Amino acid sequence: MISLVEVSHAFRGRAGAVEALAEVDLEIGEGEFVAVIGRSGCGKSTLLRLIAGLITPSSGRVRVDGVMVTRPRPDVAMLFQQPALLPWRSVRDNVLLPAEILRLPRPAYAERAQELIETVGLAGFEKRLPHELSGGMQQRAALCRALLHRPRVLLMDEPFSALDALTREELAGELQRIHMDLRPTTVFVTHSIQEAVLLADRVVVLSPRPGQVRKIVEIAIPRPRSFGHNAHLEEVTEHVAELHELLLT
Amino acid sequence: MRTPRVVAPFFGVVGTVAVWWLATALFHIRPLFLPAPPDIVSAFRRQPAYLLHEAWATVTETIIGFGIAAAAGLGVAVVLAASRTVERALLPLFVALNSVPKVSVAPLLVVWLGFGPRPKIFMVVLICFFPVVVATMAGLSSTPAELSDLVRSLSASWWQTYVKVRLPWALPQIFVGLKVAVSLAVVGAVVAEISNPNRGLGAVIVLSGTSFDTPLAFAAIVLLALISVVLFYLVASAERLLLPWARAITG
Repeated sequence: MISLVEVSHAFRGRAGAVEALAEVDLEIGEGEFVAVIGRSGCGKSTLLRLIAGLITPSSGRVRVDGVMVTRPRPDVAMLFQQPALLPWRSVRDNVLLPAEILRLPRPAYAERAQELIETVGLAGFEKRLPHELSGGMQQRAALCRALLHRPRVLLMDEPFSALDALTREELAGELQRIHMDLRPTTVFVTHSIQEAVLLADRVVVLSPRPGQVRKIVEIAIPRPRSFGHNAHLEEVTEHVAELHELLLT
Repeated sequence: MRTPRVVAPFFGVVGTVAVWWLATALFHIRPLFLPAPPDIVSAFRRQPAYLLHEAWATVTETIIGFGIAAAAGLGVAVVLAASRTVERALLPLFVALNSVPKVSVAPLLVVWLGFGPRPKIFMVVLICFFPVVVATMAGLSSTPAELSDLVRSLSASWWQTYVKVRLPWALPQIFVGLKVAVSLAVVGAVVAEISNPNRGLGAVIVLSGTSFDTPLAFAAIVLLALISVVLFYLVASAERLLLPWARAITG
């Protein structure tokens, strides 16, 4: 579904070019959930923005569904670190934004928006403005918005990092459920090893500056997985330890 | 028990007036220099119809001028912010024009526009225009990166981005400009009236000076302050009513 071939990207800075990514090769299959971890400044976000078509690589090829990515595609949705809700729109109208911009029929999507809002537990808050909601609820609304137009690819840039620990776990659980349900191809950038192990089929570990694929770790634990007590505690511990090792050395 | 929010400001005002009154009485200050509060009230009560009539002239000039400036300022800012080239071409000119002390052109306005209300209205427009332009342009260029990325990732057109994100996002800042403008608007009207005193509270102040009627001048000044405060709160409440979410993003 997503393929990166020898992708490098450099930003022009004042002191010359800063290389963010170098020679990244990555294949992501349809419906797969891939987590990308690495330390700050390893180009994780750059990788995501390249797939989203928000930026084009300095060299190499990025393909989504076999087509070279040169600009954003409507079937690729993004979820950011900040909920990025429009503060003047109610939860429902925020969720419906993609339908408006892509000029999709409103009645059908209003129904779908309602379903999504109920799925993430925001029923009863449809008419609230974002500032009346907690951070976790805002990010839930943003997730609904990202899923509204049934994107085939979901790109998430540390979507839970601005939330408190409990809300993070809760939302990660919900994301797992939604992914099992809808199966969008998902690329999930995170700092959290736990989140990566909980959610991903494969975890891509990037080395810092310039970002290169250090290792890809397969997580073969059956779903649904959960934090804490869990039948596969040993495997989880093993994976967490391995990823820790990879990140810290 | 908590005291209501109006209690402290109320005592602040009452206390200040009391000190002022006491000072005029204790030091036997003549009303010609500094009238006591009751002198001002009686100055008003001697000719309330006249004062209110002149106040109305000032209010209409102020509101018409402010309205024109707000509309023109918004329009110009929207055009300027739409194109980097136009912005670069015209912004320095606006900055230069804005640094001209507007008061200094008051006498010229009489030459250009005559003696009626027009030079006064024009002065209000001159003074209010720039704050609106500058605030609107700042607002239009302050769209947060994540919102731009969001609409870009949805392949939104330029127009969709503008109407659905940039413009609404700018509204709180536009209101900042409008509030600055409305508090300057009365200044503009009075300056124009003083340089060409035929109507309005500015004219009342000039006339009271020639007849050494200081209490009358103070009555006019008090009315001007009231007008200014009321207009400011009208704009501020319009903002609170129209943009209940604005505090969330500016705070």
